[in-house]
Formats: sequence, C-alpha cells, structure tokens
Amino acid sequence: MEYQDVELLRFTTAGSVDDGKSTLIGRLLYDSKSIFQDQLDAIKESSKNKGFDYVDLSLFTDGLKSEREQGITIDVAYRYFATPKRKFIVADTPGHIQYTRNMVTGASTANLAIILIDARKGMLEQTHRHSFIASLLRIPHAIVCINKMDLVDYSEDVFNKIVSDFKAFSSKLDIQDIQFIPISALVGDNVVNRSENMDWYKGSTLMYHLETVHISSDLNHVDCRFPIQLVIRPHTLENQDFRGFAGRIDGGVFKPGDTIKTLPSGFSSTIKTIELNGEQIAEAYAPMSVTMTLEDEIDISRGDMIVRENNVPEVGHDLEVLVTWMNTNPLRARTKVVLKHTTNECMAMIKELKYKVDINTLHRIDNIDKLEMNDIGRISIRTSKPLFYDAYRRNRQTGSLIIIDEQTNETIGAGMII
Amino acid sequence: MGNYVINHLRELESEAIFVIREIATQFEKPVLLFSGGKDSILLTHLAKKAFYPAKIPFPLIHVDTGHNFPETIVFRNSLVEELGVQLIVGSVQESIDKGRVKEETGLDASRNALQIVSLLDTLEEHKVDAAMGGARRDEEKARAKERFFSHRDEFGQWDPKNQRPELWNLFNGRKNYGEHFRVFPISNWTEMDVWEYIKLENIDLPSLYFSHQRDCVVRDGVILANSEFIKLKPGEEVVNMTIRYRTCGDMPITGAVESEADDLTKIIDEIATTRITERGGRADDKRAETAMEDRKKQGYF
Repeated sequence: MEYQDVELLRFTTAGSVDDGKSTLIGRLLYDSKSIFQDQLDAIKESSKNKGFDYVDLSLFTDGLKSEREQGITIDVAYRYFATPKRKFIVADTPGHIQYTRNMVTGASTANLAIILIDARKGMLEQTHRHSFIASLLRIPHAIVCINKMDLVDYSEDVFNKIVSDFKAFSSKLDIQDIQFIPISALVGDNVVNRSENMDWYKGSTLMYHLETVHISSDLNHVDCRFPIQLVIRPHTLENQDFRGFAGRIDGGVFKPGDTIKTLPSGFSSTIKTIELNGEQIAEAYAPMSVTMTLEDEIDISRGDMIVRENNVPEVGHDLEVLVTWMNTNPLRARTKVVLKHTTNECMAMIKELKYKVDINTLHRIDNIDKLEMNDIGRISIRTSKPLFYDAYRRNRQTGSLIIIDEQTNETIGAGMII
Repeated sequence: MGNYVINHLRELESEAIFVIREIATQFEKPVLLFSGGKDSILLTHLAKKAFYPAKIPFPLIHVDTGHNFPETIVFRNSLVEELGVQLIVGSVQESIDKGRVKEETGLDASRNALQIVSLLDTLEEHKVDAAMGGARRDEEKARAKERFFSHRDEFGQWDPKNQRPELWNLFNGRKNYGEHFRVFPISNWTEMDVWEYIKLENIDLPSLYFSHQRDCVVRDGVILANSEFIKLKPGEEVVNMTIRYRTCGDMPITGAVESEADDLTKIIDEIATTRITERGGRADDKRAETAMEDRKKQGYF
C-alpha cells in the first residue's frame, strides 16, 4: 500500500446518557475494521461480566474509571479511524447540559457535527442544545442521525416527522449544510452498510457522507492572516543573517514576492521566502506551519501579524464577544482577566454582560448580573493592547479567544468575536 | 485533491510543529522526553523541522532504566550528535542506589513503574517546566482523554477530571510556581500515520523495528527478548525467532511480533492487516484495566 494522499475530517458527536452515541462511534470503528482483536476481546469480556446480552460497543469510548463505573462519557475523548478515502478524528463529547463546555471544546476544531436523535423520543431539549452549539461554533456541516429506527419498526412516517420538526427549529440557526439519515447504531443500519430494513430511504449511509462531504472550502483562503509565533535566529556561522518568522497560516494564500504589511507596526515589505526545514514552499495557506523571511529588516515579534496591504483585519481594544463560561466561579462585569487570541496574550477587562442565551429555546435573557458555568452569553471586553481580529463567522482562528483566570491560570471561558 | 488542500500527514505535521513552537515560546525550560522509540524519534524530527535552520532550542531527556536495548542507546547517541542538541540522562539505577525507589522482585519484575520517580527527580533537578512527549491518544484509553497541554500539579500528578478545556489552537501554558506541563504534540497521530510519515520523510530508526533474528522467550503469549534481565520460569525455553518490535520499551517488558517485514513498505502493509494494538504486547498495560490511567495520575509519561 502506498502512503495515502487523503484528507483529514474532524467531527464531533454529542449525545446524552442513552441515545446511543458511544454505540454509534463503536459501530463506525467496528464496521470500518478499526478495532483491534485485543480491544474487542477486552470489551466482550467486560460486557459478559456485566451480564449484557450483546457486546457493548460503547465501552470503546469510555476511558476513565468513573466513566466506566457510571456508564457515561464525562470528558472529551478523541477517537481515530480511517477508510481508504479519509482519515477521521472524532471528538466524542457528553450531551448533558452540565457538559456544555465539553461540547463546545469538541466543536471548536470540528468540520462536521453528528447530531443524534432517538427516533422514539423525537426532538428533545438536548437536540436544540447540540444544534445550537454546532451553529454557534460554526461547524460547517451537520448530519442529523435519527437513531434507534429498529425500535420504531423502521417507520418512514416517524423519520419524516422528526425531519420536519428539526427543519422548523433549525431555520433559526446558521448551519449551511444539514443531512438527515435514519440509522440503527446497535444493529448497524445505514451506518457503514446500507439498511435492508428501510427501502424507502434513498439517501446514502452515514459513512458515505463522512467520506465524501466537501471540506476543502471550510477554511478561509481569502483573507491573508499570518500570526507570528516566534522569530528564528540561528546564531550560527553559516546562517548569521537568517531571520525567519515562524507560525501557522490562519487565512489566505501567501506567495514569495507578495507585498505584505505587518501589524501593529504598519511597515510594508515583500516576502522573500516561505520555507519549512529549508524546503521552499510556492504557496502557503491555512493550516500550514511555515517559516517566512522578508526582504527588509523589520522588527517583528510574537503576537504580531503579517497580512496583505489591501486586506487588513479589525484592529482595536474593544471586542463584542459571544462567550461560553467554563468555570464554577461565575463571570461578572468589571472582572480583570487574561486573554489569549492568535499568538497574542494580554490583560483585559470584562466591561459589560449584555444577555445570556437560553440554549434550549434560543431566547435572550436580558439584565443579567453573572454568567454561570455552561452559560452562553454576549459580553463586551476592553483589552490592554490592540488585537488584530476578524469576526468569528469569517475566520474561526482569528475570531476566537480564550479567557484565563489571572490567579489560578485556568481556562475559564471561550469567546467568539462578533 | 484540489487547490489549497493539504493531506492528512501534512496537516498533522503542521499541527505538531505549531504545538512544538508554542512550547518553545510559552515555557522557560522545556525539554523533549526521548525514549528511543519511534514516536520520540518522530517528535525529534518534527522539532528539527520547526526551528530549522536553528538548532532544536531545548535538551532531550532520556530516562535510562538500565534495561534498554543496546540498539536504542547507540541510536540515541548518534542522533544527539547529528542534531547538536543537549542530552540529559536520568538514571533509574541511580534512583535505586540512592534509595529513592525499591526494585521490584519476582519473575515479572520490571523497572517500568520505577521510572516515574527518576523522571520526576530529573525534571525537578533541571527545573523543567514543560516536558514534551511522543504519547498518542490512539495508544491507550486513558490517553484518549489527554490534552495537548496537560497540566501537572506540584506533585507531578495528572487530574483527569479537572483538565483545562482546550479550544481551537489556543494553548494555555500558564501555571503557578512548582507546577509543570506535559505536552503531546503528536496527540492526534495514529500508529499508521507515524509509519506513513516516517516513510514519507525517510526518517532513520533503530534496527529493532525491522525484521531480525533474535533469541526469545515466549511468556503468557508475549514474545520477549532473552537477556540478562530475564529469569526463565520452569518449562520456558529460549527459541531463535524472526521478529521485530512495534514499540520500544524496556527489554523485559516489550513484546515483539513475529515478522518478515524488513523495510518500511512491508511494515506499513503489516500494520494495515494486523489485528492487535501496538501496546497489546506491553506487559505493563496488562496489570489492570486502568493500569495506564493509574500510572499517568502519578506522573508517568
């Protein structure tokens, strides 16, 4: 087998205690032959010890002791599998409201979200929640899996009713691409193999969607953004004058010879080389890590950004942010925090809490004095130095930030710039 | 693939290099934990790419159990010389001699758990605030929940239930005095990704990974290299076998696989069809269902 020239798809699943999320992931791994014999043996043994009638595929995804004891997923677990068409990274997250922060974490890097609905129960609060988070984090693609079809006699009417309910609800959301698939994760219908029990369903299987969904335009290749991580100065005899700017491209396409502008200094220069490990790169774009050299000697350091002259990001101290609160200590106005944004770090003041969102009904709740753990709300922030940013809807990298507690150094909030 | 798309190996490479560069800039005294295994060799290769043409700006730390394969040590020394990086060796034998740890006894005795003390001592002695390692999430179920930037308290312990959320590519390495981080730049790589990348980049590996003849002992279904560190149990015999290693730990606990794969292409073919996980041959993971989680909480790699 030759080394595979395939893309990487990152997807997230969210589900509550018993809607079959872990079983679905177990099924994807099992049917794509990504489970090894010793793992399978361990799980068969475990299932037998617990007195189950069938092999509990969900045991693949429960890693920590307390999760195995309680039979639930607490933290984000990452799973990996591959088919000849793609490599997949699954962020498996718990679905209960108290784990909203974990769902947001898993969603932050995903190209695609799988939203699970129990066919017997239809739309639940948690379906609203998962869909809202997928929309808020701007996951470009969603697949709504209506699961446990085997328990509703594979009824087309049940499926159609849930699809129409979901569409009515999702019209208020901002997800560009939604697919609906009737499945049974336990039995395997329409997961990897086509169901023989649902002739009425003419669409493709879940695996087919995962393998073929078009993801190459998910990243921003228009607005050139190159935040500097560090400056490479070898201090060796053969490379005395080398000054390389190292970082990962967050947007746009950069080429040697391009005229660029550096922020915050505002100086212009021309790209001399783009390279990695001494190999020259003709075109650099997200998400490539590269080292860039410029024709002119300009003072640039970590946190600065290289952009194109005619396409600069917003520059400013005042940010409007949708924030997910992730700490047991509530957020209140006038709090001093640390922000991390691209490769920048600075002090900031929470100026105002504007509203919070009821993530089950999507209603706004005004006049709030705090945001508690797992709340999502809109706040305004004043930073101690100017940041170079885009709206999150335009660029998920230059539009995102994390909030850090100055005392404990914990990550306490995740923000999306409006 | 169309325009402006990079394949999965280049995406994983980019991600790892981004993380390695973050470590170099967010911490004062980062180190790379070098075991001599393929994952830490890969990590060293990525670190070289991240800072080229400058040298890797942090030392490698090797915790020497005294039970290493001789091939590992030879390989380590030549790599260090080629890259011009500093090597720090932490010694389990020294920890035993100092009375910091007590050697396990019995036929299945191993120095695996003892490494934790030597590792933490070495990190403390050199005031290390970030130790990066080649652990991957697909290796083991407790590792599936590990962060890229994994916070350790002042006792070097991991608290799996109280991990910092990690979003987008914003890594929070801020810490209080006495705490440190373990960082795992190749978290998202699978065993197959590692081998495909090693082939793509033509990375040198110790000869252990390729098919060779060796005197072995088969114990509980695991093929172990016969060495001075192994005491034969009654009924066990030494057999000459054609084997190779999929992972490289200590000689007494690392299981080999029977294999004719003597080049990277054959190894990749073999992995594509194999039905046993790479840690399936690791006696250290078989002590309990949550053996890895328990060791990690105490400060294991």
